[in-house]
Formats: sequence, C-alpha cells, structure tokens
Amino acid sequence: MLDTLINYLVNYPFVRYALIVGLLVSLCSSLLGVTLVLKRFSFIGDGLSHVAFGAMTISTVLPVIVKDILISFSQEGKLSASGDALVKHLTEMNDMVIVLPITLLSAILLLRTGQNTKIKGDAAVAMISVSALAVGYMLINVFSMSANVSGDVCSTLFGSLSILTLKKSDVWICLALSVVVITLFLLLYHKIFAVTFDENFSSATGINANAYNLIIAVITALIIVIAMNLVGSLLISALIIFPALSAMRVFQSFKGVIICSAVISVICAGTGIILSILFSTPVGATIVTADIVVFMIFCIISRFTRRQKA
Amino acid sequence: MVIDGETIVPKVPDTQVVCRNAVLGYEDGIVTRDLNFAVNSGDYLCILGENGSGKSTLVKTLLGLQKQLDGEIEWFKGMSSKDIGYLPQQTVVQRDFPASVREIVRSGCLGKMGLRPFYNAQEKQLAEDTMKQLGIDHLAKHCYRDLSGGQQQRVLLARALCATRKMLLLDEPVTGLDPKAQTDLYELIASLNKEGITIIMVSHDMAVVRYATHILHIGSQRQLFFGTKDDYLNSSIGKNFIASERGEFNA
Repeated sequence: MLDTLINYLVNYPFVRYALIVGLLVSLCSSLLGVTLVLKRFSFIGDGLSHVAFGAMTISTVLPVIVKDILISFSQEGKLSASGDALVKHLTEMNDMVIVLPITLLSAILLLRTGQNTKIKGDAAVAMISVSALAVGYMLINVFSMSANVSGDVCSTLFGSLSILTLKKSDVWICLALSVVVITLFLLLYHKIFAVTFDENFSSATGINANAYNLIIAVITALIIVIAMNLVGSLLISALIIFPALSAMRVFQSFKGVIICSAVISVICAGTGIILSILFSTPVGATIVTADIVVFMIFCIISRFTRRQKA
Repeated sequence: MVIDGETIVPKVPDTQVVCRNAVLGYEDGIVTRDLNFAVNSGDYLCILGENGSGKSTLVKTLLGLQKQLDGEIEWFKGMSSKDIGYLPQQTVVQRDFPASVREIVRSGCLGKMGLRPFYNAQEKQLAEDTMKQLGIDHLAKHCYRDLSGGQQQRVLLARALCATRKMLLLDEPVTGLDPKAQTDLYELIASLNKEGITIIMVSHDMAVVRYATHILHIGSQRQLFFGTKDDYLNSSIGKNFIASERGEFNA
C-alpha cells in the first residue's frame, strides 16, 4: 500500500498538488475556526460557502451567457472574431477571479447586517446562503454547458474530484492566499484574541473592534474560497469548526487551543487525502469523517480529564 | 468645585472629567438628559439608578463608544476616554471561553501597543505584578471558564488595571456573585481606591454607597442627584432610595 502511495506521489503531480493545497487549506481554516466558533460565527462560514457556490456557477455559465448575448446582437447570427476571443478568454479564466470578490463582498455585508438590528444576524446568513444556492443551481441548469449537470453541481458542492484536477495556477493562488492568511493571523493574534474574548473592553481601550471583525470576515472569505476546491462548499464548515471544537474540549488556554486545532486539522486533512487516494473515496467526505472521528476521541478524553479535576 | 445652577466649574486642580448638560441616547430617542457631574482624581463615584435609567448609556458615552447627543464631556490632565480601565458585564461568550488567566490579563495592555503585534517584557511584567497584587498569581495558568465568579471578576479587574492606573469604571461588578464574594470584591475595589485610583461604579446595589465618596443618582429621563455621599444620605432622594431598598430586603 505504501508503494502505491509513493508511486502516486512521485509520478503524478496532481497528487502532490492536492496534498499541498489540502494541508494549507486545513491549516488556515483551523486557525480562524477557533475565533469563529467562540464568536458564535460558525454559520457565517456556512453561509459564505454557499455564496461561493453561487459565484462559482456564475463563473461557469458566464461564457455561455456572453456567447448567447453576442449572437443575438450580431446580424449574421454568429460570433465575430473578437466576440469569439472574449468567450474563449472567459472560459479559460480562473474561477477565483469571480468567486473571490463576490465572497469577500458577501462577508462584509453579512458582518454589517450582524450589527444592524433590522435583520438579525442568523436570519441574514440563512437568507443569503439559501438565495445563493437557489440562484446558483438555477443558473447552472438553465445555461448548462455540459450534459452532466448534476455531476457538476455535485462536485462543486462536495468537491468530489476537483482537488485531483487542480491546475498549477490553482496551487499558486492557494499558496499565496494561505501565506496572506497565516501572516495576518500571526501578526494580529493578540488583537484577535482580545476582540474575540471581549469586544466591549477592546473598543473601550481603543482597539478598533469593528475593523478587526472586518478583517476576520475577510480572512474567513479567503479561506472559504481556497477551501472550495478541497472539500466543496457544503463541507467547508466542517473544516472550520471541527478542529476548533475538538481542541476546545481538552485545552485550557487560547494558544493551546489554536495550536492543537491546527495540528488536528492538518493531520486529518493529510490522512483524509491519502486514504481517499488509496481507497478511491471522495476527498472532502473522507477528510470530514477523519475530523469527526478525532472529535469523538477528544470528547472521550475530556470526559476523563474533567472527571479527574472534579 | 462649585455647582452653580447649570454649570460645574472645575476648581480642584486634579479634576479628571466634567460632564455638562449632557443629553444621552441613540438616534431614535433620548435616554436621559441634563447630566451634570464632575469626577476628581481619587474619587469613588457611585452611579445609582434603576434599570433603563440610562446607566449603561452613560458608561458607553464615558468610554467614548458613542457620542452624547448634546452637552459636553470634558477630560482634564491629559486624560481621555481611553484612560479608563473598564470592567464590563460578563457576556455569554466569556463563560465557556478557553483562555488562561495570564492571556486575559495581558490583553489589557493591547490598547497601548498600537500596531506592534507582540507584548514586550515590560508589559508581561506588568501583567505578572497586577496578578500578584490582586492575589490571582497562583491561577495564572488556569482556564478562565473553570474559575469561580469572584475569581473571574478579579481577572477582569487585573486586565483593566493593566490598561490604566488612573481610573476604573465598573459596570455592575457584583452581579451573580455570592454575598461573601460580593463583599470581597467591594473591599478589593475600596483598597484600590485608597491607592489613589479613581473609581466609577455603576450599581443598583445600596451596599456600595458605604464605600463611595460621591453619588450620582439617575432617575428616568433625568438626573436626580449629584453630590457627596453625606449630602445624598441627608437628601430626600437618598432617604427614599434607601428606604425602598430596605423595603425590598425585608419583603
């Protein structure tokens, strides 16, 4: 079995790409997961991932729509050379170009409505997330390019195969975004802690809590966009909350929880990807299953450690 | 200090903040109006008032988290709202928060750090000293969620003291504590006051009047009393308030 694995790693670059991207994404998501869970923001991750799904479908069907429009406007009933080039360009364009700005914008909007009392935060999240799902599914059905619509939807939602079809440009984008996320997190670590623990006190001592909330939302959006390829948009929340929840069961300090959740997340992602390659199971689901198993183990551990204390 | 009709003129050289004819509230309505009071260095001001009388709005305004609608709040001696050590009411998030006592106390220093990302040796030492002063140094590595209510308040007090030594603003600090822990906390705050730290305590608990030097009593929509504790105890408002509180105790 080990031979097969090494064989894959040496001979197939896409397996290496998948592993690199998987480990980076899991590391980033776990870092922020602790803050999101503690701030009661777990569902923002869920909502944003659905927005990212909607944005993904827009980017998929955009060439088709543009082509249709151009044809209907031209007199000869077919594409001009420049129109053809535009459509070709749109088809080859990396999805991130559209997905990233839309998700970022929604993150900021969601955070704003969180402070507004007219629509309560959880309702706003639910509203945006189902709207994005519905519109996305509608678009991909109406303007479908391939015969296998449900297959496309399924792989966007569950990330079933996409991680093994990563292009080199995907890996570079992911690497760059991960570096940004990790650097920001390390530099702002103490302030993120303070804002998470006590927003009122932080703003009273002159820390701009709203700005940090905004940064947290932006980083969350970044993570979700890079995680879409790995586990698909439905399972991203699992990647964000499970390592944090597991670590919080056992560790007593914020630093301990963060480090532990990063370790759990990276180990689960690595194991999940390797197992999915060896046993040809869906990547996203395998990683999340690994996270669930670890969570259960940590629950049992916490039973014992807590009992000793009492 | 002279209370001269509508204006309060700071005469004592160490006045820290003066509030003149302040109207507090939000965009959609006034919560309270005509607030006139002054706080001097070393004072122990107790802000009394029933629920909804505007105590928390006053706290937010003093902290600079919202602007007063009218009137002015003037700071002296280089003080600003950033120089208040704030002890907020506990939030739901905090109750099961996985953080060590040391991490929380140190976070009091963050306001002074600007954009510098990490604590320096001086700030770490300040946190250690403050924990020792409040008798929680043996808990430094313990998890905040495992502490008793009284210990948690000491931790938050230590954090506030890391932020500043000039003025402490405490918002109903004894809520939810057992009587013994309440008395301990009041004594601790009184001892800090004796060291020269100005205390502003928001409360609806009569027990705190014993420790205060000045009283600000806010009724619905307006200020009922500001002055020294002795004047308050002799005033009709003070007598009524104490009588009604006693009544509640007896009932």
